[in-house]
Amino acid sequence: MNKKELMNNKYFIAALFLLPALIFSLVYLIIPIPLSAYYSFFEWDGIGAMEFLGLDNWAELLSDPIFWSSMANNFKLVAISLVIQIPIALFLAVLLTRKIKGASFFKTIFFVPMLLSSIAVAFLWRYMYDPTFGLINGVLNLVGLEHLTQSWLGNPDIVFYSVAAPIQWRFIPLYMIIFMAAISNIPEQLYEAAEIDGANNWQMFFFVTLPMLRATVVNASVLIIVGSLKYFAMIFALTGGGPNHASELMATYLYSKSFTEMNMGYGSTISVALFLVALIVSVVFLRFSKKDVRN
Amino acid sequence: MVNRIKKLVIYLFLSIWLVITGYPLVFLVQNSFKVRLEFFRNPVWSLPANFTLQNYIEVMESGFYIYFINSIIVCFISVAIIIIVSALASYAISRIDFKFNKLVYILFLAGMMIPIHSTLIPIYKITLSMGLYDRLSALIGPYVAFSLPISVFILTGFINDIPYELEEAAIIDGASRFRIFKDIILPLVKPAISTVAIYNLTLLWNQFAYALVLTSSPGKRILTLGLFEFQGQHGINIPLTLTALFLSVLPLIVLYVFLQEHIIKGMTAGALKG
Repeated sequence: MNKKELMNNKYFIAALFLLPALIFSLVYLIIPIPLSAYYSFFEWDGIGAMEFLGLDNWAELLSDPIFWSSMANNFKLVAISLVIQIPIALFLAVLLTRKIKGASFFKTIFFVPMLLSSIAVAFLWRYMYDPTFGLINGVLNLVGLEHLTQSWLGNPDIVFYSVAAPIQWRFIPLYMIIFMAAISNIPEQLYEAAEIDGANNWQMFFFVTLPMLRATVVNASVLIIVGSLKYFAMIFALTGGGPNHASELMATYLYSKSFTEMNMGYGSTISVALFLVALIVSVVFLRFSKKDVRN
Repeated sequence: MVNRIKKLVIYLFLSIWLVITGYPLVFLVQNSFKVRLEFFRNPVWSLPANFTLQNYIEVMESGFYIYFINSIIVCFISVAIIIIVSALASYAISRIDFKFNKLVYILFLAGMMIPIHSTLIPIYKITLSMGLYDRLSALIGPYVAFSLPISVFILTGFINDIPYELEEAAIIDGASRFRIFKDIILPLVKPAISTVAIYNLTLLWNQFAYALVLTSSPGKRILTLGLFEFQGQHGINIPLTLTALFLSVLPLIVLYVFLQEHIIKGMTAGALKG
Protein backbone atom coordinates (compact mmCIF):
# COMPACT_ATOMS: atom_id res chain seq x y z
CA MET A 1 0.00 0.00 0.00
CA ASN A 2 1.47 3.38 -0.92
CA LYS A 3 1.12 6.48 1.17
CA LYS A 4 -1.90 7.84 -0.63
CA GLU A 5 -3.87 4.63 -0.27
CA LEU A 6 -2.93 4.44 3.34
CA MET A 7 -4.24 7.93 4.00
CA ASN A 8 -7.53 6.93 2.41
CA ASN A 9 -7.89 3.81 4.53
CA LYS A 10 -10.43 4.67 7.19
CA TYR A 11 -9.13 2.10 9.68
CA PHE A 12 -5.67 3.58 9.50
CA ILE A 13 -7.03 7.11 9.83
CA ALA A 14 -9.22 6.15 12.79
CA ALA A 15 -6.22 4.54 14.47
CA LEU A 16 -4.17 7.71 14.01
CA PHE A 17 -6.90 9.84 15.57
CA LEU A 18 -7.33 7.45 18.49
CA LEU A 19 -3.68 6.64 19.10
CA PRO A 20 -2.72 9.48 21.51
CA ALA A 21 -5.77 8.89 23.68
CA LEU A 22 -5.16 5.15 23.70
CA ILE A 23 -1.54 5.54 24.76
CA PHE A 24 -2.39 7.78 27.74
CA SER A 25 -5.29 5.53 28.78
CA LEU A 26 -3.27 2.34 28.49
CA VAL A 27 -0.26 3.55 30.46
CA TYR A 28 -2.00 5.42 33.26
CA LEU A 29 -5.48 3.92 33.46
CA ILE A 30 -5.74 0.39 32.13
CA ILE A 31 -2.36 -1.29 32.66
CA PRO A 32 -2.19 -0.18 36.34
CA ILE A 33 -5.15 -2.42 37.21
CA PRO A 34 -3.61 -5.79 36.15
CA LEU A 35 -0.25 -4.50 37.42
CA SER A 36 -1.76 -3.92 40.88
CA ALA A 37 -3.24 -7.40 40.79
CA TYR A 38 0.21 -8.78 39.94
CA TYR A 39 1.92 -6.84 42.78
CA SER A 40 -0.69 -8.16 45.22
CA PHE A 41 0.99 -11.59 45.12
CA PHE A 42 4.31 -10.22 46.40
CA GLU A 43 5.99 -8.84 49.47
CA TRP A 44 7.56 -5.63 48.24
CA ASP A 45 8.78 -2.32 49.68
CA GLY A 46 8.58 -0.46 46.36
CA ILE A 47 12.32 -0.32 45.76
CA GLY A 48 14.00 -3.64 46.61
CA ALA A 49 13.43 -7.15 45.30
CA MET A 50 9.97 -8.63 45.19
CA GLU A 51 9.29 -11.80 47.10
CA PHE A 52 6.51 -14.08 45.87
CA LEU A 53 3.87 -14.72 48.52
CA GLY A 54 1.08 -16.38 46.59
CA LEU A 55 -2.26 -15.56 48.16
CA ASP A 56 -0.87 -14.52 51.56
CA ASN A 57 -1.73 -10.83 51.09
CA TRP A 58 -5.25 -11.75 50.12
CA ALA A 59 -5.67 -14.03 53.12
CA GLU A 60 -4.39 -11.21 55.32
CA LEU A 61 -6.81 -8.74 53.74
CA LEU A 62 -9.83 -10.95 54.36
CA SER A 63 -8.99 -11.20 58.06
CA ASP A 64 -7.85 -7.58 58.46
CA PRO A 65 -10.39 -5.83 60.73
CA ILE A 66 -9.07 -2.38 59.73
CA PHE A 67 -9.72 -3.07 56.07
CA TRP A 68 -13.29 -4.13 56.79
CA SER A 69 -13.97 -1.19 59.06
CA SER A 70 -12.54 1.20 56.44
CA MET A 71 -14.83 -0.34 53.84
CA ALA A 72 -17.76 0.02 56.25
CA ASN A 73 -16.79 3.68 56.67
CA ASN A 74 -16.91 4.13 52.90
CA PHE A 75 -20.45 2.80 52.84
CA LYS A 76 -21.35 4.92 55.86
CA LEU A 77 -20.09 7.92 53.92
CA VAL A 78 -22.29 6.89 50.97
CA ALA A 79 -25.33 6.74 53.26
CA ILE A 80 -24.61 10.04 55.03
CA SER A 81 -23.93 11.81 51.72
CA LEU A 82 -27.14 10.54 50.14
CA VAL A 83 -29.29 11.47 53.13
CA ILE A 84 -27.73 14.93 53.61
CA GLN A 85 -26.67 16.16 50.18
CA ILE A 86 -29.69 15.26 48.05
CA PRO A 87 -32.45 16.72 50.31
CA ILE A 88 -30.54 19.90 51.19
CA ALA A 89 -29.44 20.48 47.60
CA LEU A 90 -32.99 19.87 46.39
CA PHE A 91 -34.44 22.18 49.03
CA LEU A 92 -32.03 25.01 48.16
CA ALA A 93 -32.64 24.49 44.44
CA VAL A 94 -36.42 24.76 44.93
CA LEU A 95 -35.99 27.95 46.97
CA LEU A 96 -33.61 29.53 44.46
CA THR A 97 -35.82 28.77 41.46
CA ARG A 98 -38.77 30.63 43.04
CA LYS A 99 -39.06 34.09 41.57
CA ILE A 100 -37.42 35.98 44.42
CA LYS A 101 -35.12 38.97 44.54
CA GLY A 102 -31.48 38.22 45.18
CA ALA A 103 -31.62 34.59 44.00
CA SER A 104 -28.53 35.02 41.86
CA PHE A 105 -26.62 36.57 44.77
CA PHE A 106 -27.38 33.55 46.97
CA LYS A 107 -26.49 31.16 44.16
CA THR A 108 -23.17 32.92 43.59
CA ILE A 109 -22.14 32.60 47.24
CA PHE A 110 -23.54 29.09 47.71
CA PHE A 111 -21.32 27.75 44.93
CA VAL A 112 -18.03 29.00 46.42
CA PRO A 113 -17.16 25.84 48.46
CA MET A 114 -16.92 23.92 45.17
CA LEU A 115 -14.03 26.18 44.15
CA LEU A 116 -11.86 25.25 47.13
CA SER A 117 -9.51 22.27 46.99
CA SER A 118 -10.24 19.37 49.33
CA ILE A 119 -7.03 20.18 51.16
CA ALA A 120 -8.08 23.80 51.71
CA VAL A 121 -11.53 22.72 52.93
CA ALA A 122 -9.93 20.18 55.25
CA PHE A 123 -7.65 22.72 56.90
CA LEU A 124 -10.34 25.37 57.09
CA TRP A 125 -12.55 22.93 58.99
CA ARG A 126 -9.67 21.70 61.08
CA TYR A 127 -9.30 25.19 62.49
CA MET A 128 -13.02 25.51 63.00
CA TYR A 129 -12.87 22.22 64.93
CA ASP A 130 -9.81 23.21 66.97
CA PRO A 131 -10.68 22.38 70.60
CA THR A 132 -9.09 25.52 72.09
CA PHE A 133 -9.08 28.19 69.40
CA GLY A 134 -11.73 26.84 67.02
CA LEU A 135 -14.85 28.56 65.87
CA ILE A 136 -17.27 25.79 66.80
CA ASN A 137 -16.25 25.37 70.43
CA GLY A 138 -15.96 29.15 70.68
CA VAL A 139 -19.55 29.64 69.57
CA LEU A 140 -20.79 26.85 71.85
CA ASN A 141 -19.10 28.52 74.82
CA LEU A 142 -20.53 31.88 73.82
CA VAL A 143 -24.14 30.66 73.77
CA GLY A 144 -23.79 28.71 77.01
CA LEU A 145 -23.54 25.20 75.57
CA GLU A 146 -20.15 24.45 77.14
CA HIS A 147 -21.15 20.84 77.77
CA LEU A 148 -21.29 20.26 74.00
CA THR A 149 -17.71 21.40 73.37
CA GLN A 150 -15.61 18.55 72.12
CA SER A 151 -12.36 17.41 70.70
CA TRP A 152 -14.17 17.05 67.37
CA LEU A 153 -11.34 15.28 65.58
CA GLY A 154 -9.89 13.49 68.59
CA ASN A 155 -12.92 11.60 69.85
CA PRO A 156 -13.16 8.25 68.00
CA ASP A 157 -16.93 8.12 68.57
CA ILE A 158 -17.69 11.27 66.63
CA VAL A 159 -14.66 11.82 64.41
CA PHE A 160 -16.29 10.12 61.44
CA TYR A 161 -19.20 12.58 61.50
CA SER A 162 -16.77 15.47 61.96
CA VAL A 163 -14.89 14.53 58.80
CA ALA A 164 -18.09 13.79 56.87
CA ALA A 165 -19.45 17.30 57.53
CA PRO A 166 -16.99 19.28 55.35
CA ILE A 167 -17.53 16.77 52.54
CA GLN A 168 -21.26 17.58 52.61
CA TRP A 169 -20.45 21.29 52.85
CA ARG A 170 -18.28 21.19 49.76
CA PHE A 171 -20.49 19.07 47.49
CA ILE A 172 -24.04 20.28 48.24
CA PRO A 173 -23.61 23.24 45.81
CA LEU A 174 -22.76 20.88 42.95
CA TYR A 175 -26.05 19.02 43.30
CA MET A 176 -27.90 22.26 44.00
CA ILE A 177 -26.83 23.56 40.58
CA ILE A 178 -27.76 20.28 38.89
CA PHE A 179 -31.23 20.35 40.47
CA MET A 180 -31.70 24.02 39.60
CA ALA A 181 -30.97 23.25 35.95
CA ALA A 182 -33.41 20.34 36.00
CA ILE A 183 -36.16 22.36 37.72
CA SER A 184 -35.90 25.17 35.19
CA ASN A 185 -36.47 22.57 32.44
CA ILE A 186 -39.86 21.52 33.86
CA PRO A 187 -42.58 22.94 31.59
CA GLU A 188 -44.46 25.83 33.19
CA GLN A 189 -47.81 24.41 31.98
CA LEU A 190 -47.57 21.54 34.47
CA TYR A 191 -47.58 24.00 37.36
CA GLU A 192 -50.36 26.06 35.78
CA ALA A 193 -52.49 22.95 35.39
CA ALA A 194 -51.81 21.96 38.98
CA GLU A 195 -52.74 25.44 40.13
CA ILE A 196 -56.07 25.27 38.30
CA ASP A 197 -56.68 21.96 40.08
CA GLY A 198 -56.15 23.82 43.35
CA ALA A 199 -52.81 22.29 44.33
CA ASN A 200 -50.82 24.06 47.06
CA ASN A 201 -47.04 24.49 47.08
CA TRP A 202 -46.36 21.20 48.82
CA GLN A 203 -48.61 19.28 46.48
CA MET A 204 -46.92 20.93 43.51
CA PHE A 205 -43.54 19.88 44.84
CA PHE A 206 -44.52 16.27 45.53
CA PHE A 207 -46.74 15.71 42.49
CA VAL A 208 -45.02 17.84 39.83
CA THR A 209 -41.44 18.78 40.72
CA LEU A 210 -40.28 15.57 42.37
CA PRO A 211 -41.61 13.14 39.72
CA MET A 212 -40.10 15.32 36.96
CA LEU A 213 -36.72 15.27 38.74
CA ARG A 214 -36.65 11.53 39.17
CA ALA A 215 -33.95 10.88 36.56
CA THR A 216 -31.82 13.74 37.87
CA VAL A 217 -32.05 12.49 41.45
CA VAL A 218 -31.02 9.00 40.34
CA ASN A 219 -28.07 10.44 38.39
CA ALA A 220 -26.99 12.56 41.34
CA SER A 221 -27.22 9.50 43.60
CA VAL A 222 -24.97 7.50 41.30
CA LEU A 223 -22.41 10.32 41.35
CA ILE A 224 -22.56 10.49 45.15
CA ILE A 225 -22.24 6.72 45.56
CA VAL A 226 -19.31 6.35 43.18
CA GLY A 227 -17.63 9.48 44.57
CA SER A 228 -17.99 8.42 48.20
CA LEU A 229 -16.37 5.05 47.53
CA LYS A 230 -13.30 6.77 46.05
CA TYR A 231 -12.98 9.47 48.67
CA PHE A 232 -9.49 10.36 49.90
CA ALA A 233 -7.98 13.85 50.08
CA MET A 234 -10.17 15.62 52.62
CA ILE A 235 -10.02 12.87 55.21
CA PHE A 236 -6.33 12.33 54.58
CA ALA A 237 -5.64 16.00 55.36
CA LEU A 238 -8.07 16.23 58.29
CA THR A 239 -7.21 13.14 60.31
CA GLY A 240 -5.12 10.80 58.15
CA GLY A 241 -7.75 8.16 58.99
CA GLY A 242 -7.28 8.44 62.74
CA PRO A 243 -7.59 8.43 65.65
CA ASN A 244 -7.03 4.70 65.80
CA HIS A 245 -8.50 4.20 62.27
CA ALA A 246 -11.88 5.59 63.36
CA SER A 247 -12.13 7.75 60.22
CA GLU A 248 -10.20 5.40 57.92
CA LEU A 249 -11.45 4.91 54.35
CA MET A 250 -10.23 2.28 51.88
CA ALA A 251 -8.20 4.91 50.00
CA THR A 252 -6.55 6.39 53.11
CA TYR A 253 -5.73 2.91 54.40
CA LEU A 254 -4.29 1.97 51.02
CA TYR A 255 -2.13 5.10 51.07
CA SER A 256 -0.74 4.62 54.57
CA LYS A 257 0.03 0.92 53.96
CA SER A 258 1.72 1.63 50.61
CA PHE A 259 3.49 4.95 51.04
CA THR A 260 3.92 5.36 54.79
CA GLU A 261 4.70 1.78 55.79
CA MET A 262 6.11 1.09 52.28
CA ASN A 263 4.27 -2.22 52.19
CA MET A 264 3.38 -2.00 48.51
CA GLY A 265 2.42 -5.63 48.07
CA TYR A 266 -0.31 -5.35 50.67
CA GLY A 267 -1.16 -1.83 49.44
CA SER A 268 -1.71 -3.29 45.97
CA THR A 269 -4.05 -5.88 47.47
CA ILE A 270 -6.16 -3.09 48.99
CA SER A 271 -5.98 -1.25 45.63
CA VAL A 272 -7.47 -4.19 43.77
CA ALA A 273 -10.13 -4.62 46.47
CA LEU A 274 -11.03 -0.92 46.17
CA PHE A 275 -11.22 -1.27 42.38
CA LEU A 276 -13.48 -4.32 42.65
CA VAL A 277 -15.81 -2.69 45.19
CA ALA A 278 -16.13 0.45 43.04
CA LEU A 279 -16.68 -1.67 39.91
CA ILE A 280 -19.37 -3.87 41.43
CA VAL A 281 -21.24 -0.97 42.99
CA SER A 282 -21.03 1.12 39.79
CA VAL A 283 -22.31 -1.71 37.60
CA VAL A 284 -25.16 -2.52 39.98
CA PHE A 285 -26.28 1.09 40.30
CA LEU A 286 -25.90 1.95 36.62
CA ARG A 287 -28.13 -1.04 35.82
CA PHE A 288 -30.59 -0.01 38.46
CA SER A 289 -30.61 3.63 37.38
CA LYS A 290 -31.05 2.81 33.68
CA LYS A 291 -34.00 0.58 34.44
CA ASP A 292 -35.42 3.19 36.75
CA VAL A 293 -35.21 6.00 34.22
CA ARG A 294 -36.78 3.92 31.49
CA ASN A 295 -39.83 3.04 33.57
CA MET B 1 -49.99 38.54 53.91
CA VAL B 2 -49.58 34.79 53.40
CA ASN B 3 -47.28 35.56 50.50
CA ARG B 4 -45.15 37.86 52.60
CA ILE B 5 -44.75 35.24 55.28
CA LYS B 6 -43.83 32.68 52.65
CA LYS B 7 -41.18 35.00 51.24
CA LEU B 8 -39.88 35.68 54.72
CA VAL B 9 -39.53 31.93 55.37
CA ILE B 10 -37.68 31.46 52.07
CA TYR B 11 -35.24 34.27 52.92
CA LEU B 12 -34.79 32.85 56.40
CA PHE B 13 -33.69 29.46 55.05
CA LEU B 14 -31.49 31.06 52.39
CA SER B 15 -29.86 33.23 55.05
CA ILE B 16 -29.16 30.22 57.26
CA TRP B 17 -27.36 28.52 54.40
CA LEU B 18 -25.61 31.78 53.56
CA VAL B 19 -24.10 31.78 57.06
CA ILE B 20 -23.16 28.09 56.85
CA THR B 21 -21.44 28.63 53.49
CA GLY B 22 -20.13 32.12 53.93
CA TYR B 23 -19.03 32.34 57.54
CA PRO B 24 -16.15 29.85 57.30
CA LEU B 25 -14.81 31.97 54.45
CA VAL B 26 -15.15 35.17 56.47
CA PHE B 27 -13.45 33.40 59.38
CA LEU B 28 -10.62 32.51 57.01
CA VAL B 29 -10.11 36.03 55.69
CA GLN B 30 -10.51 37.98 58.92
CA ASN B 31 -8.07 35.85 60.87
CA SER B 32 -5.45 36.07 58.14
CA PHE B 33 -5.05 39.75 59.06
CA LYS B 34 -4.27 39.06 62.72
CA VAL B 35 -0.88 38.50 64.23
CA ARG B 36 -0.35 35.29 66.10
CA LEU B 37 -0.57 36.78 69.58
CA GLU B 38 -3.80 38.53 68.87
CA PHE B 39 -5.33 35.37 67.42
CA PHE B 40 -4.61 33.44 70.60
CA ARG B 41 -5.75 36.23 72.90
CA ASN B 42 -9.03 37.36 71.31
CA PRO B 43 -12.00 35.28 70.18
CA VAL B 44 -11.79 34.03 66.58
CA TRP B 45 -14.80 36.05 65.47
CA SER B 46 -13.34 39.39 66.58
CA LEU B 47 -12.18 41.74 63.84
CA PRO B 48 -8.41 42.25 63.64
CA ALA B 49 -7.45 44.95 66.19
CA ASN B 50 -4.22 45.74 64.40
CA PHE B 51 -4.81 45.06 60.74
CA THR B 52 -1.57 43.57 59.41
CA LEU B 53 -0.25 42.09 56.18
CA GLN B 54 2.62 40.44 57.99
CA ASN B 55 1.21 36.94 57.43
CA TYR B 56 0.94 37.52 53.70
CA ILE B 57 4.53 38.69 53.50
CA GLU B 58 5.71 35.74 55.56
CA VAL B 59 3.83 33.19 53.42
CA MET B 60 5.22 34.62 50.19
CA GLU B 61 8.75 34.79 51.59
CA SER B 62 8.57 31.11 52.52
CA GLY B 63 8.59 30.28 48.79
CA PHE B 64 4.87 29.67 48.54
CA TYR B 65 4.70 31.51 45.20
CA ILE B 66 6.67 28.68 43.55
CA TYR B 67 3.68 26.39 44.16
CA PHE B 68 1.44 28.77 42.19
CA ILE B 69 3.85 28.76 39.27
CA ASN B 70 4.15 24.96 39.37
CA SER B 71 0.38 24.50 39.48
CA ILE B 72 -0.13 26.89 36.59
CA ILE B 73 2.51 25.17 34.45
CA VAL B 74 1.25 21.64 35.09
CA CYS B 75 -2.44 22.48 34.75
CA PHE B 76 -2.16 24.50 31.56
CA ILE B 77 0.08 22.01 29.77
CA SER B 78 -2.15 19.12 30.84
CA VAL B 79 -5.35 20.85 29.76
CA ALA B 80 -3.85 21.75 26.37
CA ILE B 81 -2.88 18.12 25.79
CA ILE B 82 -6.27 16.88 27.04
CA ILE B 83 -8.11 19.10 24.58
CA ILE B 84 -6.07 17.99 21.56
CA VAL B 85 -6.06 14.31 22.45
CA SER B 86 -9.72 14.08 23.41
CA ALA B 87 -10.90 16.13 20.41
CA LEU B 88 -8.98 13.80 18.05
CA ALA B 89 -10.43 10.70 19.69
CA SER B 90 -13.95 12.13 19.81
CA TYR B 91 -13.83 12.99 16.13
CA ALA B 92 -12.84 9.42 15.22
CA ILE B 93 -15.55 7.96 17.45
CA SER B 94 -18.21 10.29 16.10
CA ARG B 95 -17.34 10.51 12.41
CA ILE B 96 -15.09 7.71 11.09
CA ASP B 97 -16.97 4.45 10.69
CA PHE B 98 -14.39 1.87 11.75
CA LYS B 99 -16.88 -0.73 13.08
CA PHE B 100 -15.76 -0.57 16.71
CA ASN B 101 -16.89 3.01 17.37
CA LYS B 102 -19.38 2.08 20.03
CA LEU B 103 -17.00 -0.33 21.76
CA VAL B 104 -14.15 2.20 21.87
CA TYR B 105 -16.55 4.84 23.20
CA ILE B 106 -17.82 2.56 25.97
CA LEU B 107 -14.26 1.60 26.90
CA PHE B 108 -13.35 5.26 27.29
CA LEU B 109 -16.40 5.88 29.46
CA ALA B 110 -15.57 2.84 31.59
CA GLY B 111 -12.41 4.71 32.55
CA MET B 112 -14.60 6.92 34.75
CA MET B 113 -15.27 3.97 37.05
CA ILE B 114 -11.61 3.43 37.94
CA PRO B 115 -10.83 4.86 41.40
CA ILE B 116 -7.64 6.85 40.91
CA HIS B 117 -6.15 5.72 44.20
CA SER B 118 -6.15 2.10 43.14
CA THR B 119 -3.68 3.06 40.39
CA LEU B 120 -1.26 5.00 42.58
CA ILE B 121 1.26 2.20 43.18
CA PRO B 122 1.63 1.16 39.51
CA ILE B 123 1.78 4.81 38.42
CA TYR B 124 4.47 5.45 41.04
CA LYS B 125 6.39 2.48 39.68
CA ILE B 126 5.89 3.48 36.03
CA THR B 127 6.98 7.04 36.81
CA LEU B 128 10.13 5.79 38.56
CA SER B 129 11.08 3.59 35.65
CA MET B 130 10.50 6.42 33.14
CA GLY B 131 12.89 8.57 35.18
CA LEU B 132 10.17 11.19 35.75
CA TYR B 133 9.91 10.86 39.53
CA ASP B 134 10.00 14.23 41.35
CA ARG B 135 9.55 16.18 38.12
CA LEU B 136 6.54 18.32 37.30
CA SER B 137 6.17 16.44 34.01
CA ALA B 138 5.43 13.27 35.99
CA LEU B 139 1.98 14.69 36.75
CA ILE B 140 0.97 15.38 33.17
CA GLY B 141 0.48 11.76 32.06
CA PRO B 142 -1.86 10.80 34.92
CA TYR B 143 -3.71 14.13 34.66
CA VAL B 144 -4.36 13.62 30.96
CA ALA B 145 -5.37 9.98 31.33
CA PHE B 146 -7.85 10.65 34.12
CA SER B 147 -9.43 13.61 32.35
CA LEU B 148 -9.89 11.75 29.07
CA PRO B 149 -13.08 9.78 29.79
CA ILE B 150 -15.20 12.79 30.73
CA SER B 151 -13.63 14.97 28.01
CA VAL B 152 -14.27 12.36 25.30
CA PHE B 153 -17.81 12.00 26.65
CA ILE B 154 -18.57 15.73 26.41
CA LEU B 155 -16.87 16.28 23.04
CA THR B 156 -18.32 13.19 21.35
CA GLY B 157 -21.81 14.25 22.40
CA PHE B 158 -21.17 17.68 20.96
CA ILE B 159 -19.70 16.47 17.63
CA ASN B 160 -22.61 14.05 17.22
CA ASP B 161 -24.94 17.05 17.20
CA ILE B 162 -23.09 18.81 14.35
CA PRO B 163 -24.95 18.30 11.03
CA TYR B 164 -22.96 16.06 8.73
CA GLU B 165 -23.71 18.19 5.64
CA LEU B 166 -21.04 20.65 6.70
CA GLU B 167 -18.34 18.07 6.09
CA GLU B 168 -19.91 16.38 3.09
CA ALA B 169 -18.89 19.05 0.61
CA ALA B 170 -15.32 18.99 1.91
CA ILE B 171 -15.16 15.21 1.59
CA ILE B 172 -16.41 15.37 -1.99
CA ASP B 173 -13.73 17.97 -2.71
CA GLY B 174 -11.20 15.41 -1.50
CA ALA B 175 -10.11 17.17 1.68
CA SER B 176 -8.22 14.94 4.09
CA ARG B 177 -9.71 13.94 7.45
CA PHE B 178 -7.14 16.03 9.28
CA ARG B 179 -8.11 19.10 7.26
CA ILE B 180 -11.78 18.53 7.97
CA PHE B 181 -11.01 18.08 11.65
CA LYS B 182 -8.89 21.20 11.83
CA ASP B 183 -10.84 23.57 9.57
CA ILE B 184 -14.45 22.49 10.05
CA ILE B 185 -14.90 20.53 13.28
CA LEU B 186 -12.54 22.35 15.65
CA PRO B 187 -14.03 25.82 15.06
CA LEU B 188 -17.53 24.39 15.57
CA VAL B 189 -16.76 22.64 18.86
CA LYS B 190 -15.17 25.71 20.46
CA PRO B 191 -17.96 26.12 23.05
CA ALA B 192 -17.59 22.47 24.11
CA ILE B 193 -13.82 22.85 24.23
CA SER B 194 -14.11 25.79 26.62
CA THR B 195 -16.41 23.70 28.83
CA VAL B 196 -13.92 20.82 28.79
CA ALA B 197 -11.08 23.23 29.53
CA ILE B 198 -12.80 24.78 32.56
CA TYR B 199 -14.00 21.44 33.87
CA ASN B 200 -10.50 19.95 33.77
CA LEU B 201 -8.68 23.08 34.85
CA THR B 202 -10.70 23.39 38.07
CA LEU B 203 -10.48 19.67 38.77
CA LEU B 204 -6.72 19.44 38.16
CA TRP B 205 -5.99 22.69 39.99
CA ASN B 206 -7.41 21.02 43.11
CA GLN B 207 -5.87 17.57 42.45
CA PHE B 208 -3.72 16.24 45.26
CA ALA B 209 -3.01 12.50 45.30
CA TYR B 210 -0.67 12.25 42.30
CA ALA B 211 1.54 15.08 43.48
CA LEU B 212 1.67 13.49 46.93
CA VAL B 213 2.98 10.25 45.47
CA LEU B 214 5.00 11.41 42.45
CA THR B 215 6.91 14.45 43.75
CA SER B 216 8.98 15.02 46.86
CA SER B 217 11.23 18.08 46.77
CA PRO B 218 9.84 21.50 47.79
CA GLY B 219 10.69 23.07 44.42
CA LYS B 220 8.42 20.59 42.64
CA ARG B 221 5.33 21.03 44.79
CA ILE B 222 2.03 22.07 43.29
CA LEU B 223 -0.32 24.28 45.26
CA THR B 224 -2.38 21.63 47.08
CA LEU B 225 0.69 19.70 48.15
CA GLY B 226 2.47 22.94 49.05
CA LEU B 227 -0.44 23.89 51.30
CA PHE B 228 -0.44 20.44 52.87
CA GLU B 229 3.28 20.66 53.66
CA PHE B 230 2.97 24.26 54.82
CA GLN B 231 0.31 23.21 57.32
CA GLY B 232 2.58 20.42 58.50
CA GLN B 233 5.37 22.89 59.22
CA HIS B 234 3.47 25.95 60.43
CA GLY B 235 0.23 24.39 61.65
CA ILE B 236 0.62 25.77 65.17
CA ASN B 237 0.68 29.30 63.80
CA ILE B 238 -2.99 29.26 62.90
CA PRO B 239 -3.34 32.77 61.36
CA LEU B 240 -0.27 32.17 59.20
CA THR B 241 -1.64 28.86 57.92
CA LEU B 242 -5.06 30.43 57.30
CA THR B 243 -3.28 33.05 55.19
CA ALA B 244 -1.57 30.39 53.07
CA LEU B 245 -4.92 28.65 52.77
CA PHE B 246 -6.65 31.82 51.63
CA LEU B 247 -3.92 32.57 49.09
CA SER B 248 -4.19 29.04 47.72
CA VAL B 249 -7.92 29.37 47.02
CA LEU B 250 -7.70 32.94 45.71
CA PRO B 251 -6.88 32.22 42.02
CA LEU B 252 -10.05 30.22 41.38
CA ILE B 253 -12.16 32.68 43.34
CA VAL B 254 -10.82 35.59 41.28
CA LEU B 255 -11.53 33.65 38.10
CA TYR B 256 -15.02 32.95 39.44
CA VAL B 257 -15.69 36.64 40.00
CA PHE B 258 -15.08 37.33 36.32
CA LEU B 259 -16.36 34.15 34.68
CA GLN B 260 -19.02 32.93 37.09
CA GLU B 261 -21.47 31.46 34.59
CA HIS B 262 -18.73 29.75 32.58
CA ILE B 263 -17.19 28.25 35.70
CA ILE B 264 -20.48 26.94 37.06
CA LYS B 265 -21.34 25.49 33.66
CA GLY B 266 -17.89 23.94 33.27
CA MET B 267 -17.72 22.46 36.76
CA THR B 268 -21.13 20.85 36.52
CA ALA B 269 -20.70 19.68 32.91
CA GLY B 270 -19.55 16.20 33.85
CA ALA B 271 -22.43 15.73 36.24
CA LEU B 272 -25.21 17.24 34.18
CA LYS B 273 -25.05 14.74 31.36
CA GLY B 274 -23.58 11.81 33.28
